[in-house]
Amino acid sequence: MLETKELILNMGPQHPSTHGVLRLVLKLEGETIVGTDVVIGYLHRGSEKIAENIPYFEFVPYTDRLDYTAALSSNLGYVMAVEKLSNIRPPERAEYIRVILTEFQRIAAHLVWLGTHAMDLGAMTVFLYCFRERETILDFFEMITGARLTINFFRIGGVPADLPPQFFARAWEFLETFPDRIKEYEALLTRNKIWLKRTKGVAVISAEDAIDLGLTGPSLRGSGVSFDIRRAEPYSVYDRLQFDIPIGEKGDVFDRYMVRVEEMRQSIRIIRQGLEQIPEGDLISRVPRKLKPPAGAEVYVRIEAPKGELGFYIVSDGGEKPYRLKIRGPSFVNLQSLPLMVQGGLVADVVAAIGSIDVVLGEVDR
Amino acid sequence: MDEKEREEKIKAAQDAAAKRAAVPKPSPEAAPTLDVEAIPVVRRLREAFPDAIREVTVPGKIPDELTLLISAEKALSVCRFLKEEPEFSFNYLADLTGVHYPGREECLEVVYHLFSIKTRQRLRLKVRVREEEAVESVSSVWRTANWHEREAYDLVGIRFRNHPDLRRILLPEEWEGHPLRREYPVEGRGEGLRYVAHVLRDPEKAFREFEERQASQKSPEVSQEGGE
Repeated sequence: MLETKELILNMGPQHPSTHGVLRLVLKLEGETIVGTDVVIGYLHRGSEKIAENIPYFEFVPYTDRLDYTAALSSNLGYVMAVEKLSNIRPPERAEYIRVILTEFQRIAAHLVWLGTHAMDLGAMTVFLYCFRERETILDFFEMITGARLTINFFRIGGVPADLPPQFFARAWEFLETFPDRIKEYEALLTRNKIWLKRTKGVAVISAEDAIDLGLTGPSLRGSGVSFDIRRAEPYSVYDRLQFDIPIGEKGDVFDRYMVRVEEMRQSIRIIRQGLEQIPEGDLISRVPRKLKPPAGAEVYVRIEAPKGELGFYIVSDGGEKPYRLKIRGPSFVNLQSLPLMVQGGLVADVVAAIGSIDVVLGEVDR
Repeated sequence: MDEKEREEKIKAAQDAAAKRAAVPKPSPEAAPTLDVEAIPVVRRLREAFPDAIREVTVPGKIPDELTLLISAEKALSVCRFLKEEPEFSFNYLADLTGVHYPGREECLEVVYHLFSIKTRQRLRLKVRVREEEAVESVSSVWRTANWHEREAYDLVGIRFRNHPDLRRILLPEEWEGHPLRREYPVEGRGEGLRYVAHVLRDPEKAFREFEERQASQKSPEVSQEGGE
């Protein structure tokens, strides 16, 4: 009989499949994982401490650097929290612009995810295809806001600039062609034998475990739980828009992949309705130059970011700066379910699991 | 001529003001006063745990921010009750965090944000303790609390009793103090530099210590000073 002994394998923080600076300490028996310790904090910048020391307006650029593949979603969550805290209501046109742009951002974030996830599992071509379409979306952002990655566009009370006239024609053109592009990605993956072998039945998490571990977003919906904050607690103008919530069945890597691909189609639907319904009007409401929310006010505002529930808990003491600001990043919480997902699996499946929960370390470490 | 122009201007300004006023604004005063005691959660909790609720508030009069201040001894059983009671079934802990209020005697506050995926209700619970006291961990109720509590311990310095693995999570284990305490300076206290110096002085020793810590995998003594 051959004997096996326990082996400790260090993975990261400079491992290319860990999407940044995630470090895992794996306990192995042969090639089977018997224990995982997730080590994070390499990118900790003290965002919450910084927030306590600067005025409300100045924190918006810091939110860009949380989930840097979806800067606008983080912007939206923060400005909505401050607006609720100080009882400001943005004009309707601004709400629509926000929804349209954050849905574009969701598509862009999912494209980054799909490209890198597929590349982690060996499918190089998909990466090139995904980044081609993402480029178009980033061009839109550049046209509207002047920036591509850390956009810093939403303001407390509205948006600073209108959608330029040439945006609409190009947006419609993109919406026409993009469903065919999704078919291209799917043609490369959905029935690809190697892809199925790598994703089906891998890193399974049950619905009950997923809720208990606080999993949110597409990763939770992959386990068959129909929970989307855009539907459960509609914010902005989502209550006027029609869309479906795709869910998976088994909660494996493949289901999470299918949920995200379908979500891109639903985002297209939302943007179409947004562009049809967008009213004329102001872009930004009146906001006092020195914003001082009432003392003792507290809010917990959350949005459905591409990765899951992004929450901002703000406590005001009546001053110009937040007394306490807590960022509930979806990646941080979702990452906690990784040890359970990979338990009993193989080392190669860890890569698939990390990719399938779609973590961004900027948001994990804050 | 001048007068007419002025009149027109005034009229335009008045129209604009009227337009602005016509836009409905959700004002906290206009919201109907809420009878907090009639809310099912509050009523049921008062029945089940007569002395657990210390205070019911709606901070800033903002709707759906109902907050219950729970006594620290009862926190764990209240959480378990709220999760298991089918009427509420708060099966999802959205967030858990700590806040430091140096002016108060009970200077540490733990804030729980509960949500029910079944019944779509939300609720905020709070627990206040003194500096030297520990809070009962709720990670046996919701497993997601594990990392949240580690973070609250790491950054705010709140200690949790019966936590399975109370280590620092974002900062290195050698870090002194807790950055989200109010008195902690935003520019830090030079810990990073001290740590680099410690490694440079004797890299082999630093690495050995690091490996030992990794191998032992157990939570550190929770006796270290918070904040100072």
